[in-house]
Parts: sequence; structure tokens; C-alpha cells
Amino acid sequence: MPSNKILILFAHPLYEKSHAHIEMIKNLPKSDAITFHDLYENYPDFNIDIEKEQELLKGHNIIVWQHPMYWYSAPPILKQWIDLVLEYKWAYGSTGTALQGKFIFQAITTGGRKENYCDTGKDRFTIYELLDPFNQTAQVCQMNYLPPYVIHGTFKMEAKDYKKAGEEYGRLIAYLLEHKLSASEFKDLLYLNDWIDNKK
Amino acid sequence: METNFFLEAMIYLTAAVICVPIAKKMGLSSILGYLFAGILIGPSLLGLIGQKGEDIMHFAEFGVVMMLFLIGLELDPNKFWKMRKFIAGMGSIQVLGTTVVLFFGLQWILGWNWQTALTIAMALALSSTAIVLQTLKEKGLNNTSMGRSSFAVLLFQDIAVIPILAVIPLMVSEVSGANPDEIVPSLISDFPAWIQTLVVIGAIVSIYFLGKYVIVPLLRVVAKTRLQELFTASALLVVFSVSFLMELVGLSPALGAFMAGVVLANSEFRHELEGDIAPFKGLLLGLFFIGVGASIDFELILSSPVFILLFVLALTILKFLILFGVGLVYKKNLDQNLQFSIGLSQAGEFGFVIMGFAMGLSIVPNDLSNQILAVIAITMLLTPILNVINEKFILPNVGTRQKEEKEDDLIDEKNEVIIAGFGHFGSTIGRLLRANKVDVTVLDHDAERVEVLRKMGFKVYYGDATRLELLKAAGADEAKLFIAAIDNPEVNLNLVELLQKHFPNVRVLARARNRVDAYELIDHGVKNFYRETLYTAVHLGVDALVELGYRRYTATRQGQQFIKYDQDTTWKLAKKRHDKMAYMVTVMEEVKMQEELLRRDLYTQNEGNDHSWDSDYLKKENPKVTE
Repeated sequence: MPSNKILILFAHPLYEKSHAHIEMIKNLPKSDAITFHDLYENYPDFNIDIEKEQELLKGHNIIVWQHPMYWYSAPPILKQWIDLVLEYKWAYGSTGTALQGKFIFQAITTGGRKENYCDTGKDRFTIYELLDPFNQTAQVCQMNYLPPYVIHGTFKMEAKDYKKAGEEYGRLIAYLLEHKLSASEFKDLLYLNDWIDNKK
Repeated sequence: METNFFLEAMIYLTAAVICVPIAKKMGLSSILGYLFAGILIGPSLLGLIGQKGEDIMHFAEFGVVMMLFLIGLELDPNKFWKMRKFIAGMGSIQVLGTTVVLFFGLQWILGWNWQTALTIAMALALSSTAIVLQTLKEKGLNNTSMGRSSFAVLLFQDIAVIPILAVIPLMVSEVSGANPDEIVPSLISDFPAWIQTLVVIGAIVSIYFLGKYVIVPLLRVVAKTRLQELFTASALLVVFSVSFLMELVGLSPALGAFMAGVVLANSEFRHELEGDIAPFKGLLLGLFFIGVGASIDFELILSSPVFILLFVLALTILKFLILFGVGLVYKKNLDQNLQFSIGLSQAGEFGFVIMGFAMGLSIVPNDLSNQILAVIAITMLLTPILNVINEKFILPNVGTRQKEEKEDDLIDEKNEVIIAGFGHFGSTIGRLLRANKVDVTVLDHDAERVEVLRKMGFKVYYGDATRLELLKAAGADEAKLFIAAIDNPEVNLNLVELLQKHFPNVRVLARARNRVDAYELIDHGVKNFYRETLYTAVHLGVDALVELGYRRYTATRQGQQFIKYDQDTTWKLAKKRHDKMAYMVTVMEEVKMQEELLRRDLYTQNEGNDHSWDSDYLKKENPKVTE
């Protein structure tokens, strides 16, 4: 029996033309304990079914926001999802404890290279810093926000690189499924990639 | 006399009804079923029909004419043009190669005269379209390289039948001394040859113009009456009159029917005509094959079994080798080539037709004809067995099976999407799909509209979409989506019912005029239904809210939620509807339904509102937030 249940909330407005995400999703372990939920496919008109989303969240203890990074943030449907689903008195506020203690992290792809994302690089901030709004949202909902899992440099990848990246992501999810996590493990980490690399 | 006819018809039909299902059960072609039925009731076994059978035989020969009309109809010039290289190349090598080898072989080895040898060679060169197409379909090989090649060769053979049937009568006078005038009585046989030639050419040209400028407009007029039986009558009239015309000028009626078919293949009535003629053709051809079976003389065959078996063996091997050679020329993979060459290695129903024809003209001695008929039947029996052997024992050792391979379609594939009803509703769907480069097949009952749409490049067929034959012809059993968008809700519902019964694999998206239609569709198990009165009405309602001062996004969200809520209610009420005793939705009930809806609306819309982006709500609920 897997010890965790993972919900992957996937947001990609042009999935059919993505390379990295197709490989990432192809490599997800087959398991009843993993729910893959494609937001653009389910809500093409952004009319998100709040009740259904809250039910899904309740049934899982690790939440993944999987998306490409656009303009240093997520595609708009994920913001819409946050606005609608994380309701007062449900996700936050004195009685809003539905998400308390759950783990959440972002699985992100960027076209640019990893070296760009630091204070001396072209993009000036680390990914982790750029994701502060998401981080803080999770904190308000009393969730454990883990560092992001990032696949950098997708613009310059070829078929075999996408495949390799997808397989690594699959291994991460498989590992998360089977192992108990504690929040302290992730202190001072910038990338979840580094954490999983140390687990091998 | 009358009772005799009924009795005879009864014997024929009984034999068919018993034998054909048995043959089908055993995985054999229905043609063999008919043949056995004929053998069974024929003089050599039960002797139920004797010489009197000739009346029915004469009538049944018309089945061949109809078959050729249908072949003509199915000869879509576009498809033909796309495949021209393969049809002309592969087909001609196979037919000519086999005929030539057989022709010389039979003359030298068996010492037959050239007329006999040529007739039999041509009869045996052709394969069985029915058996091969059935096998391809059952095994889903239509789209493979061997499937396309088989199709090309068969198509060439279909066309080759026409000249073959035209050539055979020419050999008459020199053989049996039969008087050709008796066989082909024609108005013009007394005229000098050059006038005869002119008349013949004139007749052929006139078929083209008759088809284009008389028959098609006539069919349009008939179509407008919307009387199904009248259309069937017109279709039969076309075939009969062309045959008559051809016989008048001393040409084969089959040739005329074929040409009429080709002329009409390009009209919008193609599928409708196919659907109308097919049952007659099937029945008459069935009778024809029974007749052929009945005429087989068993004693003759049993007296020389070794000859027949050797002949079968030699023929099958020869056909296989030539086909295999064709495959090599066209650089087929070994496994594809094996399937192709073994699949087409039999003689076929055209062989029966040609032999029957030749027997009637006494070109081939009677004994020999019987033996050849037996040979044809046995090779047809052999094919399924050889296919099994090939699949079980040979192919696994050959490797590289490429069943799934898909190149660019050489064959004009049936479209994945069929739309029935191309009025304002259906045509909008069709345009959206076409704008996204999805090809659709359209069925419509309005002859004028069909014509216009065809000019605009749509693939549109005229016909009543609730007829099973038309649905089959349009490819409903291979389509992925079927969009039922007919204006009349009752007809649309009939269509849906028919689809679910006969084509359970196709996904049905159904148009519903209103809530009542939607209930009916739910009762029929349809999940995808689209109420034309819902989305447009909500859209208008949203605009009304905007006019009244609502922000457009808020109004739009209200609209979205209303649609979702209304759809949920539809499902709930559809089930509830059956609790009431009246099954039919009466006016009273509809009023009650409205009432219940309105009550639910008030309750749900207030209850279900979310508070997203609403800071007033937050401030009220959580005073601390302002700090």
C-alpha cells in the first residue's frame, strides 16, 4: 500500500504542443493513489467546480501544481483555481483547516537555463523566490510548501533529453508515493531536484 | 402454372434460408452457401427442381446486371484516379498474366481449343471480391499495404469483367455452330457493319447524356416527393431501361448497367441508389448462384476427381505465384506479400458468371463447364483454410508484420465524422469542423441543399438517414462520431435508436430541440445531447443582465453556472419523470415541469453563489481582515 495520495493539478494551455510535460505525464507511475487532474481540459471556460475541487483536495495529502512557467508565474487558470477553490472558512481563516498539514509543491518547466535564475543572472531571482506568492498562499492554508521541482532549459532540449527529464520526474513521484515525509527535511533547499538526487 | 411458380420460388428460398446461414456459421462466404443450396436442390442430388428452373434462372441473370450497375456506382472517379497507378499496374499484371499463362497452358497441356481455353482462362483469372473484402474487413486489414493492393487488384478485375463479357459472344459462331442471331436478337443486326458501329457508339454516348441530363434531374424531382418506394421504383427503372436499350442495339445489358452506374456515381444519389438496388441485387445474385449450383452435374465430377483436384492445386499455385510476383515488383514486405497473394489465390463469383454466360452460349462443352464450376467452388472453399495456415504457421516465422502501418491514404477513406441533417444547426457544426480541417460525411434529405453543398466541396449524400443501408454506405460502422442533427426531433430520435442498435461503437452526439427531447434521449441512454434552446437562451439572458448594468464577467459566470445547474436538473428530472404514471409528456405535465424548475431556480441560485473575489463578504464574515 502506498503511504501517500498524490493529486497532480496540471495547468498547460497548449499541452498538445508541449514536449517536457508530455514526457513528464507519460512517466507518472500507474497507481490508484495518484490522481492526475488536467485543469484546462476540465474547465476550458475557467468555470471551476469549487465543490469538486475541494473534494479532490480532501482525498489527497500531497498536492502538486504542475505547469510551465510563464512570465515568472503560473498559467492563469491556476490563479483562477486558487481564487475560487481556496475559500475562506474552508482553506483558511480560524475554521478553515481542510488543507492543514498537507504537502504542496510546484513542478515547473522553464525555457531558460538554470544559471539565469539567481541574483547575478538574467532573471535576477531564484525560482524559489519568484514563487513566493504561491509559497505564502500555502502558508496561509497551513500547508507545508516544499521547494519546487524544476526542469530548466526546455528550449534547448531534444527528444532524448525530454525523455530523460520525464523519467526523472516519474521517479520523484514514485518515491513520494511510498515514503513518509517530514517538513524539516526540506529546510534550506532551493530545488526539490536536489533532495531527490540525495535519495538515490 | 401459378402454383408451380410459387412452389419453385419456395424451394429456392427455403434452400437459401437454410444453407446460407450454415455457410456463414462455418466462416464461409454466403456465395458458397447459395451454391450449396443449388447443388442440394438440383437434379443431381434431391432433384427438386428440374428443367423448369430455367425460368427463374433467366430472371436471376438480371442479378448480374444489377451487380455491375453497383460496381459502376461504387467506382468513385476520385478514388480511382488516386489509385490509378496501383489499379492499372498491379491489376493488369495479375489479370493479363494469369489469363495468358492459363490460356497457353490449357491449350498445350490439355489440348483444348483456343475459344474454350480463353474463356476458362479469363473466368479463372478473376478472384472473389466477396471473399477477399470480407476477410479484409474481419481482420481490420483495410488500411494496410496488402489491403490497399488487394483492393486495387479487385477493382481492376471488376472493370475487366466488362470487356470479358463483351468478348465472349464474339467467339460463338466459330465454335458450336450456334446461330448468334438467336442469342443476341437485335434491331440492327440486319444493317451494314458501319451503321451498327455508329449505333453502338451512339447508344453509349446517349447513356452518358441521359444519365447526366435526364436521370439525375428526374431523380431530383422524385426525391422531392419524399416517397421512399417511388425512389426505389425509379432506381429499378433506370437499370431496366438501360439494359433494354443495350439489348436493342445488341450490346450486353451488363455493360450498359455498368456505364449507367459510372455516370450516376458522381451524383448525390449514389448512396441512396446503392441502398435501393443492393437488396434486389443480393437476392437475384443469390438466385443466380443457386442456379449455377443446380446446374453442376455431380456424376461428371465424381467420374474424374483426380483431374479436378490437380486442376484446383495447379490453379491456386499459379495464381499465388503470379500475385506474389506482382508483390515483388511493387516491393512489398514478405509478410504483406504472403497475405496478399494467398488472400487472392482463389477464383471467384465472376468465374461463375462468366462460365454461366459461356454455357448459355455453348462455347465450352457442358462436361467441362461443370468441372470448372466445381474447381472454382473448391478454390473458394480453400481460401479460408489457406489463410489460417498462413497466419498460424508461415507468418510467425516471417517476422516484420506491419498491420498498423498507415501511409497516406491512397484509398478514399470513410470520414471519422458523420453529420445527419445539414440544416442551420448541422451546417454550423460542419463548418466549424471543416475550418479545423476535419472532413465530415454529411447525410441530408433535401435534394436541393445537397446539390448546393456538393458544389461547395462538402461530401454530402442525399438520403433518409434513418435507413440502415444508407448508414452502412456512409460508413457508420467505421466512423468515430455520429452527429445526429436532424430538424425533426422524432426522426432524430429514430436515428439515435437505430445507431445504438446497429452501430454500438460509434459515439453519438445528439441535437435536442428542448428539454422534452433531452428526456427522450436520456431514456435512450444518450449522454451527449445538446439543447438548442439552452445555450442561446442563456447567452441572451446574460446579455440582458449586462444591459441591466451587470458587469459582463459576473453575468457570464452566472450564465455558466446556470447551464451547469440546468443540466444537472435535466438528469434528475428525467429519472423522476418515470415515477409519474403518464409516460407521455402532456401539456399539463410540461407546465408542472416549468413550475418545479422555477422553484428550484430560486432555491439553488441563491444558495449556490460562491463568494470569490467578494471583499464585502470577507469583511462581513471576518472583521479582522480590515486591520
